[in-house]
Amino acid sequence: MNMNFREYKLGSRFFALALGLSMCITLFMPSFDIGSVNATNIAMDKQLWAGHESGFSLDDPLLLGWHKPLKVLLKADPVNGQPMDPTYAYVYEKGTPLPNGVLHPDNLGSVAKKLSIDKGHILESNKNTGTVFLVRMDDQKRYYIENASATLGWTPEGVLKTAGDENTQHAAAGKSLFVREGCWWCHTLLPEQTQDWQVFGAPPMLGDFNGESPTAFGSDRKAPDILHVASRNSSKEWMMLHFFNPRLVQPHSIMPRFDYLWGPVDANGQKIDFAKWRAEYNEYREGKRITPPEVPTYARNSEIRNLIDFVMNLK
Amino acid sequence: MLKYLMARNEDIPPGSAAVYWGYSSIVWFVIGTGLGAFNAAKLAFPDFVTGLEFLSFGHMRQVHVMAVIFGWISMAFGMTMMYMTPMLGNTKLWSEKLGVWNAFLWNVGLSLGLTVLWWGMNSGREYSDFPWFIDLYVLCFMTIPLGINVWMTIIHRRTQGIYITNWFFGAGTFMVSIVLLVGNLPEYFHLTGLTEAYLTWWNAHNILGLWITPVGAAIGYYTIPKITGNPLYSHRLGHLHFWSIVVFYSTPASHHLMSAPLPEWLKSFASVEGVLILVPAIAFVSNILMTMQGKWNMFVENLEVKFTVTGCLMAIPLNMQGGFQQTRAINWYIHGTGWIVAHAHLALLGFSTFVEVGAVYFGLQTIMRKKLWSLTLGNLHFWFLLVGFTTYWVSMTIAGLIQGAGKIYEVPYIDVVIAEHPYMIARWLGGSLVFMGNCVWLFNMWMTARAGTVIPAGRMAHELAYER
Repeated sequence: MNMNFREYKLGSRFFALALGLSMCITLFMPSFDIGSVNATNIAMDKQLWAGHESGFSLDDPLLLGWHKPLKVLLKADPVNGQPMDPTYAYVYEKGTPLPNGVLHPDNLGSVAKKLSIDKGHILESNKNTGTVFLVRMDDQKRYYIENASATLGWTPEGVLKTAGDENTQHAAAGKSLFVREGCWWCHTLLPEQTQDWQVFGAPPMLGDFNGESPTAFGSDRKAPDILHVASRNSSKEWMMLHFFNPRLVQPHSIMPRFDYLWGPVDANGQKIDFAKWRAEYNEYREGKRITPPEVPTYARNSEIRNLIDFVMNLK
Repeated sequence: MLKYLMARNEDIPPGSAAVYWGYSSIVWFVIGTGLGAFNAAKLAFPDFVTGLEFLSFGHMRQVHVMAVIFGWISMAFGMTMMYMTPMLGNTKLWSEKLGVWNAFLWNVGLSLGLTVLWWGMNSGREYSDFPWFIDLYVLCFMTIPLGINVWMTIIHRRTQGIYITNWFFGAGTFMVSIVLLVGNLPEYFHLTGLTEAYLTWWNAHNILGLWITPVGAAIGYYTIPKITGNPLYSHRLGHLHFWSIVVFYSTPASHHLMSAPLPEWLKSFASVEGVLILVPAIAFVSNILMTMQGKWNMFVENLEVKFTVTGCLMAIPLNMQGGFQQTRAINWYIHGTGWIVAHAHLALLGFSTFVEVGAVYFGLQTIMRKKLWSLTLGNLHFWFLLVGFTTYWVSMTIAGLIQGAGKIYEVPYIDVVIAEHPYMIARWLGGSLVFMGNCVWLFNMWMTARAGTVIPAGRMAHELAYER
């Protein structure tokens, strides 16, 4: 019994040819285009504040915001304390995985890679001691990443102490929440190239994503695009009310309440009585109260702070 | 069934694996559609079950998607492969024990995967939401063992030719393993940026295009000739279907990112290839409908044919939508709207599900040698599914067109949300009907196993009269 007919040998070879050709066109060929893109300053800022990975990783398996960098606004030099122009610095404390463009400078594209290595000294970054990064522009208006620990002697501890808690943003931990809580199932991060720029702002450009993981564009837009939301609305107070119960500020919203991100206590360490709040809110909705109950101010170490810091970075 | 895990291969009755796969798939279908209906209720009534992280929409949405794709659809595929592949090769399944183990590991892996997903541990990548250790499990213990069983059964067949269904089964299991391997490279090797975004949609597109669509169609190529007794209208047309799927439909991944900053040549190429889905689609639909010649009474009288042909008919609007909605001329209007959600459900809950339900009904009766317990409940299942799905599809299509209009006319987003509200309620009602229909199905199949009339040797299930 000879089952191995020539036609099946031919068939399987043609199958391999067809599938291989298809993968060549859809994977191999685009990789040259995508791989040759230089990172924009938007991509550098984003990968530095979002860190190595915002989805599942061994450094943060439960997406609780472990081992995440901090973005701080510096108004004074952390070494000598002299006032300086407000500058954003990205603090990678000891044990925080380094950003992708620093781990793999090829990700930055040829120009940014060369500048970041030669002038920015990013190859001297160290996960075990911690590193502070800056986004810099050279005299030809080309952006690169600078390792401020190597060039300026800034230490993570010094930078955080100089900036203070009010100027420290937990945006990276917030992006993990964006992934964990499934915000991206409704809020896209991709204004479309056709008409969206009029309402939701400029569509992203080719080099705006280098080093970002995951990009989490979202595909099923059931709510406004939020890639530039902080440019439209930069009120933390509004965000706080909206996250606690979106229908406080937008009666027709279908967004879920994220009051559970407040955690057990408010900013003053008082226990938050969610049952009481919901009961009073229901009374308000039924017309038995004139005003809704007060939304508790979130604690400094609450998850909602991280999420709001993330949203505030979507400019 | 679990006792067969430790039995010797030759002691396991042929068909055991298929029964295990089949009942697992029905249970996952009930779970998956139940989650879907629950999620839909939240979109219609945002304060329905609130304040609990684990019952929030964002934690449950992907659990619904993965439960139906990997639980219902893929396990139903496994079930059909376990019985169709050997029957078409006039032989036994290569390893019944591997089949039983595979179903067991599939259920374990999927339960684990959905649990961690529910917990919030996800990769942030649509359709590849599982963290990478689950992705590896899916590959090593779910799809590759299934493929090995199918390939070895085909190699050890006792027929000369290979029927078109087995072409699709052999290629489909191979392609899905390749797709899951390559599509998850961003997680295995931490690829970032546009590469990650593009590979996410390369993976998503190809799971649909090289696994669900072709294997679903392959099942129809078996069920319709087998039950009607008509030979397949044209095996050559089936070959056209097979080759055009492999050549055309493995390439249009980037049409999912039409308005993202990907290379323009890639988007244009994908768009043209995407229109060519009409070639395999027309080949498949015409082949099945021509095979029905002279037996159209069975479309009304026979439950399995009713399901399969309905699924096949849904492939017509599915592919007309699919072929054209991804062109730039149309995509700019409906991208990211409920239209796409409706289309995705037309593919998975319409075309694919209806074809598989027919095959699972037929296969379980054939293998267990038990006549379906109740035709009434079977018909009830059909109409619940059809009316529920249609309600869902029509309401989401309208909602999508509203969203599209809102998008181009710059309507404040909240007005779009208000306008969509009635359709969100309709969507929830439709989804609930589907869920209820599946509960009926599970009960009916449970009773079939327990109390179905035994089919005499030499007879086929549909030759016996129904008793209820």
